[in-house]
Amino acid sequence: VSTRIKCGASFRRKRQGEVNVRSVIHFASAALALAALAFTAVPPAIAADTPDPVADAKAFRNFFTQKFPKVKLEDFVNGPYSMNEDMHRQWEEKEQFPPYEFSLDMGKEMFSKPFKNGKSYADCFPNKGIGIRQNYPYFDAGEGKVVTLELALNRCREANGEPPFSYVKDEMAALTAYMAFTSRGKPFDIKIPDDPRALEAYQNGKRYFYTRRGQLNFSCATCHVQSPGERIRAEVLAPALGILNAMPIYRSEWSGMGTISRRFTTCNSQIRGVPLNPQDDEYRDLEYYLSYVSNGLPISGPGARP
Amino acid sequence: MRTSAFLVTSVLLIAGAASALAAGSEADFKAAYAAAEAANKEAGSLRNQWTVTASALAAAKKAADAGDFDKAIASSKEAEALANASIFQATSEKEAWKALEIR
Repeated sequence: VSTRIKCGASFRRKRQGEVNVRSVIHFASAALALAALAFTAVPPAIAADTPDPVADAKAFRNFFTQKFPKVKLEDFVNGPYSMNEDMHRQWEEKEQFPPYEFSLDMGKEMFSKPFKNGKSYADCFPNKGIGIRQNYPYFDAGEGKVVTLELALNRCREANGEPPFSYVKDEMAALTAYMAFTSRGKPFDIKIPDDPRALEAYQNGKRYFYTRRGQLNFSCATCHVQSPGERIRAEVLAPALGILNAMPIYRSEWSGMGTISRRFTTCNSQIRGVPLNPQDDEYRDLEYYLSYVSNGLPISGPGARP
Repeated sequence: MRTSAFLVTSVLLIAGAASALAAGSEADFKAAYAAAEAANKEAGSLRNQWTVTASALAAAKKAADAGDFDKAIASSKEAEALANASIFQATSEKEAWKALEIR
């Protein structure tokens, strides 16, 4: 009897062992099947490598309009003021005596003043430089690179024997403020020509926008896609859609004007990344991408921000 | 008396030797700083240096100039660790950025 009991216990243990082994095998098979499904049947979570700017721009716009259904499309260009009603009221009051006005006046005067050789900025640009902000940056087929308005202005100066300005503030901000002002209301109209180099520049800009960097491990998208309308310390973050339309801007934090170059470099240093040089290829491509995905939204610069 | 004097001297000598061994030398600092600089240079080639790495390198140099090689070595090692982290970030982000993309 005791042998039978022992045998019975041993059989049960053996049986339990078999059950356990079987469950493990079943579980492992199920896990393998799921993994196989995840890697084969389900489309990969990572986007395809072939850039499709038209689809990107559509998805970009949809993302923001769905995230903020109450914000009018053209109002996204007002950055944080479009995200918060109280701030919007403050901004309307601020616009009665805009802090960028001095810079705008200075830019107008500088723009019309001839260089030492008698030529002027008007000679460097289509339509004499008036109402053309919405076409910048553009892809220059000759150079094979993106040309921004800031870069074109300094190239104009150098071509006429004048020293280049700093890219980040003061004179450059004043000139771009005036050129933006003459283009207010015109929709961004950035073209990507049928040139693989242009598409590559666009893709590089997109990659830069989404790439995490700095010790804080932030990408541009961390703030301006994942968190617009949220506060970072005392500031309300702007949505990426239309974020360049109001440039250059007067920022209370800077106590002065700043260009797109200033915005890019300070964003990088704020996340504890060493900024690149203004107008390095990465920044030119980033501007190209961000401007393209805001196509159709009106130029509103110069702007004012907290 | 002589024995106790000998003992005291021995203890002092041993303690002195131990502290000399524990203290970082200029050569140690130079090696640690060179390693940190090399890592930060590599981060630079990936266009992804961090401001805090530069600060740690500057702190290391300042401490070394003041003759505090322990502090200089510690700052150099911190700089190297930060530079390596920035290299790791740049390398992993070569593909990882796509996960954030609006589609």
